[in-house]
Amino acid sequence: MTIRTPVRRETGFETIAPAPLVVPEGMTVPGRAVGLPKRREGPEKLTGAARYTDDLVFPGAWYGATIRSTQPHARLIGIELDPAFDWSRVVVVTARDIPGENVVSLISDDQPVLVPEGGEIRHQAEPVALLAAADRETLREARRRVQLRTEPLPAVFDPLESSQEFAHFAIDRGDVEAGFAEADVVVEGSYRVGHQEQLYIENNAMIAVPREDGGVTVHGSLQCPYYVHKALKRALGLSTQQAVVVQEETGGGFGGKEEYPSMIALHAALLARRVGKPVRMIYDRHEDLAATTKRHPAIVRHRTGVKRDGTLVAQDVEIVMDGGAYCTLTPVVLSRGTLHAGGPYRCPNVRIRSRAVATNTPPNGAFRGFGAPQTEFAAEMQANRVAEALGMSPLDLRRRWVYREMDVTPTGQVLRESVGGEEVLERAAEAGEFEHGRERTARAREARAAGMVAGRDGHLAPGIGLALAWHGAGFTGSGEVKLGSVASLELSREGRIRILSGSTEMGQGTKTIFPQLVAAELGVPPELVEIAQPDTSLVPDSGPTVASRTAMVVGRILIGAARRLKAEVEERTGRAFADSYEDDAREHGPIRIDESFQPYPGIRFDDETYTGDAYPCYGWAAAVAEVDVDLDTGEVAVKSVVSADDVGKAIHPVLAEGQVEGGMLQAVGYATIEEIKLLDGRYLNDRLATYLIPTALDAPRIDTILVEKPYSGSPHGAKGVGELPMDVAAPAVVAAIHDATGVWIHELPATPERILAALAGIPGPPVTGVSQPLLDAGSRPVEANREAPPEGLDPRPDAPTDPQPLRGPDPRS
Amino acid sequence: VSYRFSVNGEPVELEVPGMRRLLDALREDLALTGTKEGCGEGECGACSVLVDGAVVDSCLVPVCQVEGADVRTVEGLAPTVARLSPLQEAFLETGGAQCGICTPGMLMAAEAFLESGADPSDEAIREAIAGNLCRCTGYTKIIEAIAQAAEAR
Repeated sequence: MTIRTPVRRETGFETIAPAPLVVPEGMTVPGRAVGLPKRREGPEKLTGAARYTDDLVFPGAWYGATIRSTQPHARLIGIELDPAFDWSRVVVVTARDIPGENVVSLISDDQPVLVPEGGEIRHQAEPVALLAAADRETLREARRRVQLRTEPLPAVFDPLESSQEFAHFAIDRGDVEAGFAEADVVVEGSYRVGHQEQLYIENNAMIAVPREDGGVTVHGSLQCPYYVHKALKRALGLSTQQAVVVQEETGGGFGGKEEYPSMIALHAALLARRVGKPVRMIYDRHEDLAATTKRHPAIVRHRTGVKRDGTLVAQDVEIVMDGGAYCTLTPVVLSRGTLHAGGPYRCPNVRIRSRAVATNTPPNGAFRGFGAPQTEFAAEMQANRVAEALGMSPLDLRRRWVYREMDVTPTGQVLRESVGGEEVLERAAEAGEFEHGRERTARAREARAAGMVAGRDGHLAPGIGLALAWHGAGFTGSGEVKLGSVASLELSREGRIRILSGSTEMGQGTKTIFPQLVAAELGVPPELVEIAQPDTSLVPDSGPTVASRTAMVVGRILIGAARRLKAEVEERTGRAFADSYEDDAREHGPIRIDESFQPYPGIRFDDETYTGDAYPCYGWAAAVAEVDVDLDTGEVAVKSVVSADDVGKAIHPVLAEGQVEGGMLQAVGYATIEEIKLLDGRYLNDRLATYLIPTALDAPRIDTILVEKPYSGSPHGAKGVGELPMDVAAPAVVAAIHDATGVWIHELPATPERILAALAGIPGPPVTGVSQPLLDAGSRPVEANREAPPEGLDPRPDAPTDPQPLRGPDPRS
Repeated sequence: VSYRFSVNGEPVELEVPGMRRLLDALREDLALTGTKEGCGEGECGACSVLVDGAVVDSCLVPVCQVEGADVRTVEGLAPTVARLSPLQEAFLETGGAQCGICTPGMLMAAEAFLESGADPSDEAIREAIAGNLCRCTGYTKIIEAIAQAAEAR
């Protein structure tokens, strides 16, 4: 096989190549960190010495709790405290006690810290009042003695029926109707994905400690210290110095600790300031599942026009995302989902319309992939169905479609460099033996049809599936320029080198790779470079730890800082930094370098017209999944996933592989078992006994191939790795289910119920991601959310029809 | 009432209600916070400890049930942070710990598996840690770590 790896074109960048990372021979041997630095905080984590928030002891601390709504939409008339209870031992905080603005906000000022009396409850489990007590028993009793007096309001659960929009986007390229006129075959499809919970194993946790200056210090499990800092200043009316946020060891985030920690920190801080003592706000699993943000459910409709030979001529995509009750980060999630909606495919005529709407369900928020897994699932389903309609191999179709260097995306971005789509496709297909596997599963299907497979084996259908994805690296559009992140490096008088950054470690490896990058630049061993705990009184705002931006964006800032430090010392001493920095520090005193983000040269995006370079570059991933589907029970066993991921450069191959493997499994869970069911706007499966994630027995064998097509504007070419794997495994699994069974599952997760219903040709369970209304006595079982008959868009005679087209208001209107 | 048992080889005597969760006794009474709480209902295994060599979820075990027993926690695996056990070393080497919150429980389940002397096949290792949820690793590197530690024994 020939893999085309074109020579990188000159892009006019004036960037100095970073000093080479020390890459010992054989360091990428799977499973061995030979010659690589070990995880920096690994020994503490492995011995139980690492301190997570709930492990911290603050003598005299009280315990905090949140009183939450039990209705999806209501007017809050009053908060009633049982007069028979001794309230002198308890502190109660309501919206009236908020000294600053009653707002916790990232984009829109719509979400209150606590619903005020007379205000509107907009979702189940919405915070209304706070309690604190010196011991847990008193707190438990007090919680039972609070009643909310409310007046119910009508609730909206179906996003297609919502009239409140958070955001909408439109992308146009070429002439989509002319494209369809040119097409020999048009394939339509409508796809739905439900909520997904991040399910970090450490629940959300915050401890607030009152400060002598009237402010508050919060210690917590969080991704973005400066988001929390901003929230504290605003709602508590504090100065920059009075609000201090310290990130403690964080047991997983996946986006789930991007937004909601601000809310919890505010609650803990409000209580701590009233009590005058530290207050612990440690969520249990039930509260964490019931109240915190999930992945946005989405409905995506596609119309794809192709020539008989497979040439892609038109794509028409409509997206509706359910933001839940408040805006949170929804517009940005929708934006990323929209920009990725066409998939990694060259198409001259594209129309994408998207909108995100409000429903009376808990707000949805950031989760690894950030809108892209939803729309790329639909794009890949569509690609696989087009291949089926044309009688082509899904691999051959993608070979024809995949972006190559100098291709143009729907926003008009020219993909100038670091375009690894073709290479990951070939590498995954080869290692996953995709074509060979397809022959094997076809033989199994034939044997089964001929009744030649006896016993249980006759009911176990093997399948193999392929998917391809792209993921924009870093913040969307002009996000990084607006953010203007800062990271610092200091050399102390004692000759200690220390990184100061607001980027957090949550398992992905920040604390290991930052010292690696700085050490390579300075020419010293990585273990000599220290990294400070993220504490807003100490570290600068390096932006949030999200969007796979840490290595690529903040790593680049740190390399800039290291270069300046090195130059300064070497100029003074006339000797190499490594040999002279200790002497220099002793003689000249400490040095601190504050380095800020510099825009990527040549990268421009217009937020108004939604045109230009949506991202400086893209990561690329392909996956081949193999499944066994039990035709009697509908159960899917995902046996293996082979994934090739172009990450630009793996700064630490073992950590990078770990990101791919973890992301793949999270996506396998998304594809097969992870589903939130809702009744009356409340999550029904809000415990770990009912919200299931894959165990070691459910997990497939995962093989990772790291492909490196470097980007000239990032450290050693690194493009980020965190989110990319999340985009690709779910459609590969659903394609494999189709290969095994012959049925397409249009909804995630592809549960046994949905598979059996599709096999039997009967309606499946209620659509994913939409709450069932509460039943009134005597009313009929709920069928209200079943899809209505098709409307609009006439399928071509030869186009496969789709069982679940999109209904509701036309997103284009 | 007081309960006597040993934790990591040290005798302890606790005057606590008999139904106090072993998890709380370890974390709050004995300040052994290496054992974590993930769900409080025996689903996630983050609180796994060994009681007389058997893996248990310490959130489901009341203190009265460990009277006279030998309890082992993650703190008992290595003498110091600087001197890891071969199992811990294997986790560090292969990348078996990411966020680290499932790691203490995972290590205890792995330790029990290694001590059982069972054949360290992929299937057997998966079975041994099936009660311990990890959301970061996809389990791949955890399984590699346990296999590597088994090989070295």
